[in-house]
Amino acid sequence: MSFVLTEDQEMLRETATAFARDELSIAHLRAMRDAGANGKDSATRQKLAELGFFGVIIPDEPGAETFGMAGLGQILEAQGRTVAATPLLQTALIAASTLQLGGSAAQQAAWLPKIAAGEKTFALALDESAHFSPYNVSTEAERNGQGYTINGLKKYVPDAHHADMLIVVARTFGEAGDRHGLSLFLVPADAKGVSIAELKTVDSHGAAHVTFDGVNVPESALIGPADEGADILDPVLDRAAIGLAAEMLGSSQAAFDMTLEYLNTRKQFGQLIGSFQSLQHRAAKMFVDLEMTRSCVMAALSAVDEGKADIAELASLAKARAGELVHLVSNECVQMHGGIGMTDAAEPGFYMKRARVQEALYGSASWHRDRYARLGGY
Amino acid sequence: MAYDNAEQLEEFRLAARKWLEENCPPSMRTPMLDDEIVWGGRNATFKNPDSKVWLDRMGEKGWTAPEWPKEYGGGGLSRGEARVLEQEMRRIKARPPLFSFGLWMFGPALLEFGNYEQKLRFIPDIVKGKIRWCQGYSEPGAGSDLADLQTRCEDKGDHYLINGQKVWTSYADKADWIFCLVRTDTSVKHEGISFILFDMKSPGVEARPIQLISGESPFCETFFTDVKVPKDQLVGRLNGGWDIAKRLLQFERSSISAGGFGGTGGSGILGPEDYAKQHVGTDEAGRIADGDMRGRITDHKMYVKAFSLTVQRQAEQAKAGQAVGHTASILKYAAAKMNQDRHELLIESLGTEGLGWEGEGFDRGAKKATRQWLRSKGNSIEGGTSEINLNVVAKRVLGLKEHQ
Repeated sequence: MSFVLTEDQEMLRETATAFARDELSIAHLRAMRDAGANGKDSATRQKLAELGFFGVIIPDEPGAETFGMAGLGQILEAQGRTVAATPLLQTALIAASTLQLGGSAAQQAAWLPKIAAGEKTFALALDESAHFSPYNVSTEAERNGQGYTINGLKKYVPDAHHADMLIVVARTFGEAGDRHGLSLFLVPADAKGVSIAELKTVDSHGAAHVTFDGVNVPESALIGPADEGADILDPVLDRAAIGLAAEMLGSSQAAFDMTLEYLNTRKQFGQLIGSFQSLQHRAAKMFVDLEMTRSCVMAALSAVDEGKADIAELASLAKARAGELVHLVSNECVQMHGGIGMTDAAEPGFYMKRARVQEALYGSASWHRDRYARLGGY
Repeated sequence: MAYDNAEQLEEFRLAARKWLEENCPPSMRTPMLDDEIVWGGRNATFKNPDSKVWLDRMGEKGWTAPEWPKEYGGGGLSRGEARVLEQEMRRIKARPPLFSFGLWMFGPALLEFGNYEQKLRFIPDIVKGKIRWCQGYSEPGAGSDLADLQTRCEDKGDHYLINGQKVWTSYADKADWIFCLVRTDTSVKHEGISFILFDMKSPGVEARPIQLISGESPFCETFFTDVKVPKDQLVGRLNGGWDIAKRLLQFERSSISAGGFGGTGGSGILGPEDYAKQHVGTDEAGRIADGDMRGRITDHKMYVKAFSLTVQRQAEQAKAGQAVGHTASILKYAAAKMNQDRHELLIESLGTEGLGWEGEGFDRGAKKATRQWLRSKGNSIEGGTSEINLNVVAKRVLGLKEHQ
């Protein structure tokens, strides 16, 4: 377990933090929102590509070193600090991991370089109900002569409204709820029969409901063996939860820093409000939780890089604790800012809104607590 | 910094392994039983004779205090070697040979602030567990405002004369010597405090145990009436004791969060999840039947894991030179919460099985859990209250200002 970044990872962290601060500030998100962009931002995508952020876990050539999950985690944390809407989680983490863990040599050769270059972005089409439940898949992929025909509805698919490719989790066997019988498919977002209904979401990042109506894909679209998709999906979802936890840690840290600064500048009753003990203790408790959550996130990121056996436990630990933390801190951020915190003109609300989305994706704190307990045998 | 390359560490590992193999008695490789804990001292008790053998051998080697200088009887090991030793001890499940406030708190402070003669005189006996120390800090009426102490120490020319009362003195009735905060100037607060050492057998010293809600009495009220103390037992400069006191508190907080709270390691106590399974029952999937309790137990277990990862992270960062300030207060606050939550959950999971006090009809572990639940209430009070630690974090770490 490594809790200290390498020099390269440290530099990446600095670059990412500066980039988020300078180019992806909350002011940027606000401007995008007011322009009705709904998270679609091709200029940012271009800049992320130039910085190489899409290829952080993809080696230049087979076997070469990468910045690893710990490196990618720094970028996601940085974007969490400013609540930035980027395709990195879906593309640089989820799609890259899916292909690395389950893709054929041909799929890897075809797609990984395009991901690394930022040429193609992806979205994972998984959930079919309002709550994360990865095996609860009814969308069917039925074998036909040349490949598969997909029918079904996917709800709240992040980035689907501007992705080039979809990774679709469909059922080739069994019934909703079964782990066995899931298969993963690569489907172009503009394939015939795919309809994407854009959603205006509370965090202004947007998402989409995606309908598959007789969508035909060739055999070569299947990632990994048919029916055994969960073997790929499970570790991918662990990585997704860890990456998102890193983002949530960044949001929590930024909302905390903002709160602290306000406590140190705002005066009432002739005093800095930060000199009131009731607020000091709440701030100190948040700081303790921040430090503890940072340890969990770092442990989970490095566990992926080191191929540890307890990635699932650490993923649930990181996501659950980050979920609790981000609500605590974003709520306190609004509360301690008082009336100002309730206004749209101020920044705290952005964190609170995004926190709800962050928590709902890839398992809420409750979902992960439940799994943590199951993994622990109670 | 002493050498620490991988090859030499490996060599040290093999040597340490061999030595432990030959010197750690088999009965010292079993879980520690509470009544076999060794506190050392002039009247040391060894319920298991092997524990004396184990202490003598480790003490001789200086490995009760692996990183202290050899000159004063310590192990003289580098940080890396000490970690290896710790790993090797854990590997064979070796018991700690000695529990000691001297090792955890007083020794480190004396190494920093004491003069050469004092270190030479006191440190080796701490390492070997020959002298048992207690801490004379708290006073009735002072509470968390530790510096508000009244115990007077007057300069009588060839000696100091001490009069006053301490409270919450852990094991004062069993200790040989005391490290004590005394007032040497009544006109100022923090700058009028000195740090002094004396023998608990000195005429005028009396310790009376205080019974706690848990039925135990690890603490004492301690009275000093015209206690004469030789002048060379003052540590640091006259009226300069507060700096030593603060440093020692950091050691105390660190040792509390590293080792849990006074013997609550839990021999014979299962985890809340085990008790919940036993007494609440399980559903068809083998989970704790009460979903709410299962959730709260999980939340607690996640906190425990997050805490231990944080301790690891702090250690690694410190090693890499990225020390975080006032870690001791952060961890002390978290450790107190963690330990109290654990005992609340234990008692809740036990149901009426957790309501026994003594005698038959209740299992030994459950009765112990009940006592420790009560004892754990002190965790957020002793060694700096949780509120005091939050103040330290708010002001020293977060830079929040004092009320004007």
